Amino acid sequence: MSLRVFVPNDTAACSVGADAVAHAIAMHGAMHGVDITIVRNGSRGAAWLEPLVEVDTATGRMGFANVSPGDAPSLFAGSAPNAQYPACIGLVEEHPWFARQQRLTFKRAGRIDPLSLAEYEAEGGLIGLRRALSLTAEAIVAEVTASGLRGRGGAAFPAGIKWNTVRQASSATKYVVCNADEGDSGTFADRLLMEADPYQLVEGMIIAGLAVGATRGVIYVRSEYPRAIATLREAISRAEGAGLLGASVLGSPHRFHLVVRVGAGAYICGEETALLESLEGKRGMVRAKPPLPALQGLFGQPTVINNVLTLAAATDVLAHGGTAYAALGLDRSKGTMPFQLAGNIARGGLVEVPFGLTLRELVDDFGGGSRSGRPLRAIQVGGPLGAYLPEHQWDTPLAYESFAAVGAMLGHGGVVCFDDTVDMAEQAEFAMAFCAHESCGKCTPCRIGSTRGVEVIQRLRRREESRKQWALLEELCETMELGSLCALGGLTPLPVRSVMTHFSADLLAPVGGRPE
Amino acid sequence: MPHHPPQAEEELAVLDALLADLAPDAEHLLPFLHRVQERLGHVSPAAIRYAAHAFNLSRAEVYGVVTFYGDFRESPVGDTVVQLCMAEACQAVGCRDLAAHAESSLGVQLGETTRDGRVHLEAVYCLGNCALGPSVRIGDDVHGRVTAAAFDTLVAAATSTRGAA
Repeated sequence: MSLRVFVPNDTAACSVGADAVAHAIAMHGAMHGVDITIVRNGSRGAAWLEPLVEVDTATGRMGFANVSPGDAPSLFAGSAPNAQYPACIGLVEEHPWFARQQRLTFKRAGRIDPLSLAEYEAEGGLIGLRRALSLTAEAIVAEVTASGLRGRGGAAFPAGIKWNTVRQASSATKYVVCNADEGDSGTFADRLLMEADPYQLVEGMIIAGLAVGATRGVIYVRSEYPRAIATLREAISRAEGAGLLGASVLGSPHRFHLVVRVGAGAYICGEETALLESLEGKRGMVRAKPPLPALQGLFGQPTVINNVLTLAAATDVLAHGGTAYAALGLDRSKGTMPFQLAGNIARGGLVEVPFGLTLRELVDDFGGGSRSGRPLRAIQVGGPLGAYLPEHQWDTPLAYESFAAVGAMLGHGGVVCFDDTVDMAEQAEFAMAFCAHESCGKCTPCRIGSTRGVEVIQRLRRREESRKQWALLEELCETMELGSLCALGGLTPLPVRSVMTHFSADLLAPVGGRPE
Repeated sequence: MPHHPPQAEEELAVLDALLADLAPDAEHLLPFLHRVQERLGHVSPAAIRYAAHAFNLSRAEVYGVVTFYGDFRESPVGDTVVQLCMAEACQAVGCRDLAAHAESSLGVQLGETTRDGRVHLEAVYCLGNCALGPSVRIGDDVHGRVTAAAFDTLVAAATSTRGAA
């Protein structure tokens, strides 16, 4: 029997040589007469183990970590995996880094061939959709409401309320839009899901369509994700061929059509109204709300717009019931959250756990501390608009409420670690510079405020009129928070203020006073 | 008016082909501009005029779209575009040092093209490879944990492939 060998085809795995590894293994099989079938699976999200090669055995999949092409011959003892080889990490799913996670959304990631609909179904796919097809729209929304699922894109708005608003809106045309414009640095969960388990997103969008009475869906993916775009397009084409998408969803009277649209390098298009403008072929300028997109969204029609992970989670909610999902988590942060360990971290990657773990547990127990070996100094959670947390805040439980209570936010779940060589003044300046670079320009506090913010922080960094500049920066932050139209201008002060509060020495102490 | 009419005619034929299967609704402007950018390396004034006509928009509207999005360029850049991720996760693992190396090794600043026109170096904000930074994108390939030496090797390989092709 042919030996099944899994080599991920995901962006992160390929960024450290997975393609060359797959080629070397195929060559080894051909040269030594070992009958090997190479499966290009998605990644399980353990970026630190990539390229992670897995070999099928009777007891499970044997893993080999950080494989290079030169390792290929050593991975095999004849036609069996060579468990004695130092790169062997044993059975992958028993490895503590995976075993300690509780994966709902990412349960299939890395296990299956991303484009195999049969494998998707064999591993629990389509159960949610089949159940949804047997329910009324009202009952589907009720499940989502009962789950307590909140928007995973960052704003954490309750999905059930949004879906109900669209469901109740009267219009012949409604849309489901997936926000896959994952621009926050430190986040890659959307990309991972689209590359590893694209049918889950397709299924989630159909469920959303059934729930609100929409027959058209659009996935807006950023152009920085070419592999995700290609995988989604192929998945959609196969789903159409299999009768999952199209005029009759799984033989039902319901139809659903889905297309992929590609962004064009604008961070602001991750903001939902800018995204809708972009889909309409315009500059990605933020719209004033109201009207809510739920009532007047794409082309002025009622629109559900949700992040990739929200729509994906809906499949689990429908498959196993909203109550089961709501049993996980902490406070009003229900279910699981795919956190992304990034930056200067030894064991970075995707960690899906119920809300409630502390930041320190995530970074120490899963992340294993810094990659550089130096002490960690600051952790930015929630992307470029998220606060930098100093060590004394690392025992905060990872939940929306507890993070808000310490002046931080979870956002899309990105966790970026910095060691003690970081200059926090430079990070504060970058926060403003990034806002200036990405501002759509519609509102003044964001457009002008961010540029003034860069200048003020530069003066502080040169220790010019520190007291005066400090007061100016505080006022500027307040103006941006209160006066901006959307979260870009409104939240850029969050990282800046966190630096002012917790790392003020980097902005105020005599130059050269801080040890390098 | 175009300075080289034969080339303009050629460009027109290309634009016709790129538009072919797209319905002339404004929602297809971005997909069209993506095709133009990919095929021609930039969106020329002629392409802007063409798009305005095709989608029943004003040239100002199309120009506004072209200049809003980072992916669309008004003039051609180097043969090989090298993108360095300069966002926070890569900052935490030394992308600022890598950028300094890239600038001195290529003799250009971020956002500039080498004098021989072969390499365009630019900053990008997040390639979604945040656990394996610093990340660099060349073409559709993302490279992780890029050191200064690896950067030089990658650029040399990319430019030599281009030259051979």
